[in-house]
Amino acid sequence: MPKEHRIILKHADAPGYSSDLECYERHGGYQTLRAALKRKAKKDAEGNALTPQAQVREEVKASGLRGRGGAGFPCGVKWSFIRHPNPKPVYLICNADESEPGTFKDRQIIYKDPHQLLEGMILACWANHVNLAYIYIRGEFTEGAHILNRALAEAREAGYLGKDILGSSHDLDIWVHRGAGAYICGEETGLIESLEGKRAYPRIKPPYFPAALGLYMCPTIVNNVETLCNVRHVLELGVDTFKKLGIPKATGTRLVSLSGDVQRPGYYEIEAGKVTLGELIHHKNFGGGLRGGRQLQAIIPGGSSAKVFKAGEVFKLKEKDAAGNDMEKELGVLDIPYDFDTLMACGSMSGSGAIIVMDDSRDIVECLANIAEFYAHESCGQCTPCREGALWMSKALHRMTHGEGRPEDADQLLHIAQNIQGRTICAFGEACAWPVLSFVGKFKKEFKAKAKRKEVAA
Amino acid sequence: MPAKKTDTPPETVTVKVDGREVSVPKMTPDWQGDPAPTTVLQACQHAGVELPHYCYHPRLPVAGNCRMCLVHVGMPGRPGPDGKPPMDEDGTPKIFPMELPYEPGTARGVIGCATGILPGMEIYASSPETKEMREAVLESLLVNHPLDCPICDQAGECKLQEYSVEHGQAESEFAETKVHKPKAVDLGPRITLDAERCVLCTRCIRFTSDIADDDALGIVNRGSYNTIATFPGKPFDNNYTLNTVDICPVGALTSKDFRFQMRVWFLKETKSLCTGCGTGCNTLIGSRENKMYRYEPRENDAVNASWMCDTGRLDYKWIGREDRLGEVLANGQSVSWKKALSEISEKLAAVEAGTTAIIASARQTNEELWLLAQLRKKLKAFTDCVPRQGEGDGFLSNADKNPNSTGARLIGLTTKRLGLRLKRIAEGIESGDISTLIVFGEDVTKHGIAPKLLRKLKLLVVSDILPNATTERAHYLLPGCAHAEKRGSFTNVKGRVQKFMQALQPPGNARAEWEFLHELTANVTGANGFNSIEGLFNQMAADVPAFRKAELTWAALGDTGATVEI
Repeated sequence: MPKEHRIILKHADAPGYSSDLECYERHGGYQTLRAALKRKAKKDAEGNALTPQAQVREEVKASGLRGRGGAGFPCGVKWSFIRHPNPKPVYLICNADESEPGTFKDRQIIYKDPHQLLEGMILACWANHVNLAYIYIRGEFTEGAHILNRALAEAREAGYLGKDILGSSHDLDIWVHRGAGAYICGEETGLIESLEGKRAYPRIKPPYFPAALGLYMCPTIVNNVETLCNVRHVLELGVDTFKKLGIPKATGTRLVSLSGDVQRPGYYEIEAGKVTLGELIHHKNFGGGLRGGRQLQAIIPGGSSAKVFKAGEVFKLKEKDAAGNDMEKELGVLDIPYDFDTLMACGSMSGSGAIIVMDDSRDIVECLANIAEFYAHESCGQCTPCREGALWMSKALHRMTHGEGRPEDADQLLHIAQNIQGRTICAFGEACAWPVLSFVGKFKKEFKAKAKRKEVAA
Repeated sequence: MPAKKTDTPPETVTVKVDGREVSVPKMTPDWQGDPAPTTVLQACQHAGVELPHYCYHPRLPVAGNCRMCLVHVGMPGRPGPDGKPPMDEDGTPKIFPMELPYEPGTARGVIGCATGILPGMEIYASSPETKEMREAVLESLLVNHPLDCPICDQAGECKLQEYSVEHGQAESEFAETKVHKPKAVDLGPRITLDAERCVLCTRCIRFTSDIADDDALGIVNRGSYNTIATFPGKPFDNNYTLNTVDICPVGALTSKDFRFQMRVWFLKETKSLCTGCGTGCNTLIGSRENKMYRYEPRENDAVNASWMCDTGRLDYKWIGREDRLGEVLANGQSVSWKKALSEISEKLAAVEAGTTAIIASARQTNEELWLLAQLRKKLKAFTDCVPRQGEGDGFLSNADKNPNSTGARLIGLTTKRLGLRLKRIAEGIESGDISTLIVFGEDVTKHGIAPKLLRKLKLLVVSDILPNATTERAHYLLPGCAHAEKRGSFTNVKGRVQKFMQALQPPGNARAEWEFLHELTANVTGANGFNSIEGLFNQMAADVPAFRKAELTWAALGDTGATVEI
């Protein structure tokens, strides 16, 4: 029976659990950090000396932990891009901008268990020789910033931060920086620009890969809140135990934000790849099914920028059978296991883990108009295709939902979106193009139906 | 990476542009002159293929935002376990055209301005895929553009217009209401912004922060509503603001001075120099029907790169002043050039050696100063020039506000510090030792030679272009030319000898100084040997040691001049 498997949110919702340091410590908090700081150098299989920090980096790499912000990039590989010792200071930034519509997972951690994030961050900073780190938190999380600052003060007081933390001779401080309410600040190079006090225009890559030229042109690691919490659990559980959670290519758990037309919207922590989309929507442990008498129309599986799935879609996936031969497997949309790679193979993504369910009462064109309006409003406007295209699509869609549709609109929307994806500085281009490409592509009949004058009549 | 100078020939990389192999340098100087990997855009330039672009400017940091230089490229494959890249059947490395990682088969473009070349890379600069990308970007740029070309100052020199001709589509699919943004915004005392025309390339922002060192401009709002702006209450007012008008690829930033004055396609362009200071910024004069409308900087790496200061740029109105001198006067009576020159020649031939002083101007050309030096030799005259010291800014504006102090020194009309002899000349006039004074282009009454001293002179020959207290008292007044009305050369503070061309006809009977000085000098000294500016320059160059050493000739100066030792 599919059910939640909570490690990150293990205590968050327990009665009486608070964001205080004392409560966190009472539940085993900072023990992983204390243990890590006591590690001794040891030799690897080839006889090379591994510093305690290098051991932790290797373990995170071996754990297969993938980034939880959206792209699913392996965390340990991201860390390995930074050379040690480094002539420049290395920075770590916790991306707590959680701005993808439909996503409300990181805020659970920040509001309910901030010390878990801090322990993960301190571990990551120590392992990567970082002496100064930032938590970039979205401006709307006013209370979250307050909670984090209180937690940081507690951690400093207790010696988890500051000079010579826990006698390890490692210095570290962490500062909270509040954003000013822009989606683009969740893009890591936009975030870095914003943190530097500039307009959050994403940087061109190459050359500005954060690992090489990040914050203040120094090597920088940008990790999501949930990813950093997982660092603690990788070390606490040990690589082997951690890897047993989830599936080989998606280890650990995932926090899923389920919203839309389900009985039980909310956040759920599941083993990655062990629960299907259908179970998340229909099972009583999760969404509990659609509201009375309604049929499923569409699912956005990974935040509003992910490509939509249509109810009843069937995907043909290439797989290898036991003998290693290529074979094709049919997979219905509700049978897609919630992991990074299968969703990608089906043409969408798990993104930030936000599932948005739409039943048959929804006007699909209005749903897309809503999403397009968001992206038109949030485009930073740095590069041409997205700046002009995002608003163009939004205006066209709103015209269509206000009775002024034209037969050619559907194809024109596809044309505009195709001219955005892959042609912009950052992935926002895809974020605003993919909903349009998938909604219009899969629901063409509904979009054509918005035309005031019919094609034949013209 | 720090620049390293080596004598070995530069390393090259071979790439293909539109199927044609070209060898290009592996490294190319970036906007600051430091070596950086050659980009796709630069490689195409080597191949003679232009990738259209708005935000890229060779003298500014790369922004990569306009996406107009998107180009489809192909790369050799990653080396396999044997260390060799995947090969084609014919034994050459297999090239993989780039495609979207999430949509195999769909071409993926790279921005030419920011993508370094790799050996074996194929650049499909004219492929249907590339053209399609360009058309789409251009379409995006135009959807919210006001298309007000008929009343736009940029029309005729607008990159939106140019690329629309080459890459645009005849019809627009845009059925929505355009975004409206502020128009005729007073950005600063010399700059007006039309935000609707702006393509948000950020050239102006990068120029003013990275070149003019004044972080005065930025973008406000978001997405399609993005607008160039200054800080609230802080006008865009450094001495280099007008360069943003030059580099603005569209009609967003316009010069208040030039706004609505003339359609640019009517303007005749003449290569000239700025006379505002000793830097000698290279300029283009835009003129029509004998009226000058604007100065624009002309590229010269040895002097001003692509820039000039606002002070210099707007320092041209005096050329067209109503009260320009246009008549040859002898004791206040209008006479012919012939009569005036023969009378002056006769009088000068008769003066006693050592009783003449010549006050030249360091705003005169090398050629004119050299001719005056010939007169001095014959007359054993005292000579000097009037200094003009102001403030320099460490960039283009020099503290020496004369355009040709260096020339005056090299030619020997003045000492290292200009104006040191002026006092002695005044004393000479006072004592009666000096009875003849020749003045070119200066109001000497403002430089220690009071009107009452001028009245003591037996002969006062003055040439100028505007009336002043000295011209009023001249026995002979010879109307001269502004630099825009003649040809000649200046030597800048760093010893760069540069020539300028004639854009306008002088008013009335005014004549180029070198022409009548030649006549006068020939009459007085008996020397001759030239009848053109080219001949005069070459004769001077053979005579003045610094010029001779550098083997200067008029032709060798080219458009950007030559440097001499100073």
